[in-house]
Amino acid sequence: MLRIIATRLAQGLLTLLLASVIIFAATEILPGDVAEAILGQNRTEEALATLREEMGLNRPAIVRYFDWLGGMVQGDLGTSLATKRPVADMIESRMWNTLRLALLAAAISVPLSLALGLWSAMRAGGRVDKTLAMTTLALIAVPEFFVGLILMKIFAVELRWLSATANTRPYYDFWENFRALALPVATLSFAVVAHMMRMTRSSVINIFTSPYMEMAALKGLPKRRLVLRHALPNALSPILTVIALNLSYMVSGVIIVETVFGVPGLTRLLVDGVSLRDIPLIQACAMIFGSVYILLNLLADILSIMANPRLRYPK
Amino acid sequence: MSDTSDIVVPRKPTFAGLRLTRTAIFAGSVLLFWLVLALFGPWIAPHGEAEIISGQTFAPIGEGGLLGTDKLGRDVLSRLIYGVRTTLLLALVTTVISFAIGVTLGFAAAILKGWFDIVVSRIVEAFMAFPSTLLALVVIGAFGTSITVLVLTVGLVLSTSVFRVSRALGYDIGVMDFVEAARARGEGTWWILTREILPNSTAPLIAEFGLRFTFSILFLSGLSFLGLGVQEPAADWGLMVQENVGGLFLGSSAALIPAACIASLTVSMNLLVDWFQQRQQGETVLEKIDQ
Amino acid sequence: MTDILTIKHLRVEGHPPGGAYVPIVKDVSLNVGKGEVLALIGESGSGKSTISLAAMGFARPGCRIAQGEVWLNGRDIMALSPRDRHALRGDEVSYVAQSAAASFNPALRIGRQVIEAPLWHGASDAAALTADAVNLYRKLDLPNPETVGQKFPHQVSGGQLQRLMAAMAMSCGPDLMILDEPTTALDVTTQIEVLKAFKDIIRDQGTAAIYVTHDLAVVAQVADRILVLKNGEMVEAGPTDQILHDPQHDYTKTLMAAVRPAPHLVDHRDTVAARPPVISARTLTAGYGTVTVLSDVSIDVPAASVVGVIGESGCGKSTLARVFAGLTPLRKGEIMLDGKAVAPNLADRPREALKDCQIVFQMADTALNPRHRISDILGRPLEFYQGLKGSARADRVGDLLELVDLPRSFASRYPGELSGGQKQRINLARAMAADPKVILCDEVTSALDTVVAAGVIDLLKSLKDRLGVAYMFISHDLSTVASFADEVVVLYAGRVVEKGPSKAVFSPPFHPYTKLLLSSVPEMQQGWLEGVANTIEAKAASAGSVVIGAKGCPFSNRCALAISGTCETVVPPVRELSGGLQIACHLPADHLPLS
Repeated sequence: MLRIIATRLAQGLLTLLLASVIIFAATEILPGDVAEAILGQNRTEEALATLREEMGLNRPAIVRYFDWLGGMVQGDLGTSLATKRPVADMIESRMWNTLRLALLAAAISVPLSLALGLWSAMRAGGRVDKTLAMTTLALIAVPEFFVGLILMKIFAVELRWLSATANTRPYYDFWENFRALALPVATLSFAVVAHMMRMTRSSVINIFTSPYMEMAALKGLPKRRLVLRHALPNALSPILTVIALNLSYMVSGVIIVETVFGVPGLTRLLVDGVSLRDIPLIQACAMIFGSVYILLNLLADILSIMANPRLRYPK
Repeated sequence: MSDTSDIVVPRKPTFAGLRLTRTAIFAGSVLLFWLVLALFGPWIAPHGEAEIISGQTFAPIGEGGLLGTDKLGRDVLSRLIYGVRTTLLLALVTTVISFAIGVTLGFAAAILKGWFDIVVSRIVEAFMAFPSTLLALVVIGAFGTSITVLVLTVGLVLSTSVFRVSRALGYDIGVMDFVEAARARGEGTWWILTREILPNSTAPLIAEFGLRFTFSILFLSGLSFLGLGVQEPAADWGLMVQENVGGLFLGSSAALIPAACIASLTVSMNLLVDWFQQRQQGETVLEKIDQ
Repeated sequence: MTDILTIKHLRVEGHPPGGAYVPIVKDVSLNVGKGEVLALIGESGSGKSTISLAAMGFARPGCRIAQGEVWLNGRDIMALSPRDRHALRGDEVSYVAQSAAASFNPALRIGRQVIEAPLWHGASDAAALTADAVNLYRKLDLPNPETVGQKFPHQVSGGQLQRLMAAMAMSCGPDLMILDEPTTALDVTTQIEVLKAFKDIIRDQGTAAIYVTHDLAVVAQVADRILVLKNGEMVEAGPTDQILHDPQHDYTKTLMAAVRPAPHLVDHRDTVAARPPVISARTLTAGYGTVTVLSDVSIDVPAASVVGVIGESGCGKSTLARVFAGLTPLRKGEIMLDGKAVAPNLADRPREALKDCQIVFQMADTALNPRHRISDILGRPLEFYQGLKGSARADRVGDLLELVDLPRSFASRYPGELSGGQKQRINLARAMAADPKVILCDEVTSALDTVVAAGVIDLLKSLKDRLGVAYMFISHDLSTVASFADEVVVLYAGRVVEKGPSKAVFSPPFHPYTKLLLSSVPEMQQGWLEGVANTIEAKAASAGSVVIGAKGCPFSNRCALAISGTCETVVPPVRELSGGLQIACHLPADHLPLS
């Protein structure tokens, strides 16, 4: 088993590397280059040439890639073109906001979806199951900003219970924080819960059709025991995969939510960076998001491997 | 001989008696409605796409235009109608592109196996390592916001999922005995792909097409919402939502109406795909205990 | 004798998803006395499995018990509430499934699953139940009875798992046990030890049992009474002895005849040997990845003759067919068609070579593309090999259908509209369409019902006589091969252990494995099981399992006559005996087992 885990780890690192190549390639293959973007209107041929020399843009792409990668690994994320500040500083101040949002949403959505998914799998075909199925179908089909806007309209505009912008200050007490963050966290959770619940349900139902489940039923065991003691241990592996998949989906959803509710987070930084063609910023943010996603998938894979008794106790 | 005169089991084609449910009919009608609107839009819309009809911006429903006006005083209804065409057309083109790339590569990987499969699968995995929005952001950030870039990027992002589905299908069907029999006969790869594997993949691929189409709409509208998709003054639903968010606090629904329209399109499509796939589901052991 | 179980006028219906209910079991009544074993026999579609589940008041997903009474221990369980009915399962009545994979949850330890039912029903506490379970393991002759409960299902062999299934069913001390084809998936040589274990434990505990199977010889060993079923209805019922030896109903008679066809043993070695081989293999070695499946195999298939290849799971017989067809690459050795060497890879062979050697697969369902009409399936090889098109092609398709005794109108149908036997005939017709010299039949009857299979074998025989085509007939079923083959090759763990004219192979002297194989085929007389399970060979055979890629003789770890020091390390020499027989064994010719 350890060998399989080690292989998986190596594969994960390889994917990470490939991802960095893709990011670098996407941003560096430009019609115009960074020097032009910096000088903007003031560019003359000599100024461009000097700047390029200074910035080392005349070196071959591979050299520049390794330079960038090396810098990344050591913590130097480059300098923003727009603000001239080190990118690392800019990210640090925003990262906590995004992280907090994501962690809160995860803490709520994961247990909720698992419970709902299990419940509707147990009562498959019943009224509760059908209602949940319809609701989640609607939720995943609907664009996230729609959910966010509706929630905003109801709770912030009409009822005025919660805040429409998620700005928090360090001196806020619990309730003020709650008012500010409730809507973005809820919006993010809705979409994720819908996906996760459906996938949990179908993984568990899939297990119900396994032949050993019939045998267990014919031993006279009641439904609850069948689900919890027989189905669940086998469902661990697919469920873990589902969770990882959806947590990484959340990384995508965060972008929209932060925009709708004006959360001063990392994704906002990225979107602004994209509009301004701030290459170093884009590269750094993309790398961070990509790494988180890859690491989450890696974790899920490894946990899946450990949950498989065939691999834990080999012949 | 008992088996030469056996009773015939009637064949069930994919659309056997259609077996439409109420939800399927409802979903289908919604989609049909939007399709008709897309085709005949310009003749139905009361005003032009970018025509400013009123000095009153963010007019509520009923005043100014039938559904109110937007942030520049343009008729929401007309822009909505023009928006259908943009939305549906873009979604269709991107889905078709994703299928062209994904299906070709996916089946090729399943049939050729070996190095080709390993290399392509790794690359696709690396692409899937990004949340799709992020990838689009990076590419658009680098190449700008033209329609071509948009369509190609979204098509590329969608193709990763299509690749996975096609590859899995190719493998599953490729190991069936009738494919082996064709191979043993001496048939070439092209024959096996088009005459043996493809005809057996139509149902799952149709479902996947529906799902990608929906995702494309959501994705494109999300990008427009972020200001990176279709640009002004075109009437795109996602763009309309983003433009008119400011009106929310003024009591205008100019942002909610296009969002609701997007939702109706995607929900209906999802319901339809769900119905298509659900027809094969049966009971489970748990239900039998209660009988 | 009081009846444990009485079923009255049972009717069970089933429906495909979205379709209407059709009857699966129509008006069946039966009873089982205390300590009695009732066998339900029939082919697929007879409803035997469904009836056995109904004894627990259970219907599989997609089915429902529409009518009837099921009296268990004096009360009608169909009249109880679902909850009360469910409470009986695993307590008064228990179930043994067809395969171990269908019984054991791969994520839980075996011991826990074995005692789960009585523990749940409150019979006793965990420690006492575990001790009882260990006793059961001992009675079932399982190795390491104290520790086997700690293992996971994947760590235990198939035969052992099957016996553990019996332990699981017995642990709750049921009054009635339902065994649903528990030995069907096992090799013949493994089946013996399992059957004996089942029989002993049932007698030991005085449990009543319903034994579902399609194998009549197995039934002869374990059942007191037999009930014959067809299409959901009872055909005949009576004591075992009477049904086996003096059946009354026509269907029962057909069943008996199909199970044990008369052997047709050939010893005209000269006429057959004189014909040049159509296809042969010389010192063939092949495998997948790092695993070597076949070692040093040499076979000849003379023109217009039948070479039967027999062996059990893991012997490599399917790989052999695939290597001949060019689907699997070989590592060493060569294949010759009509005396000339052919390229090992499919892609390198000329179309002529491909045409002459055709392969027919075991699973008729997956061997035909469900989206092609029969006319396409049969027409394509005609077009591909012979360039026939249009009406010439359509006519020939009709001819082919007639050749396999199917109506010409089938050409417009899809495979989904055909039965299993009909599909296999189409498979054959497709092979015949190429006008081949040799057809490789890879277990073509193994997935079919006995009666249907007998029909296919008759077809094969008549085609051989009419068209002069040769067959390499691969099977694990000895009696079929014995009735059909001119020459027989016995494979074990990828090596040829014995080959020659069929009569010579099936008469002494034998290779030790051949002897084990032949003695493992259940006879239809009662009492056979006890006799054979206690022999030295049987005990030696169950002491080990199949080892592929062994250094010396692969059978050495299960052979009662193994010469220690030689058999495990040195590859056995091939001895030529009289009558054209060849045996690969270290034992000198006069020491080979005789009977």
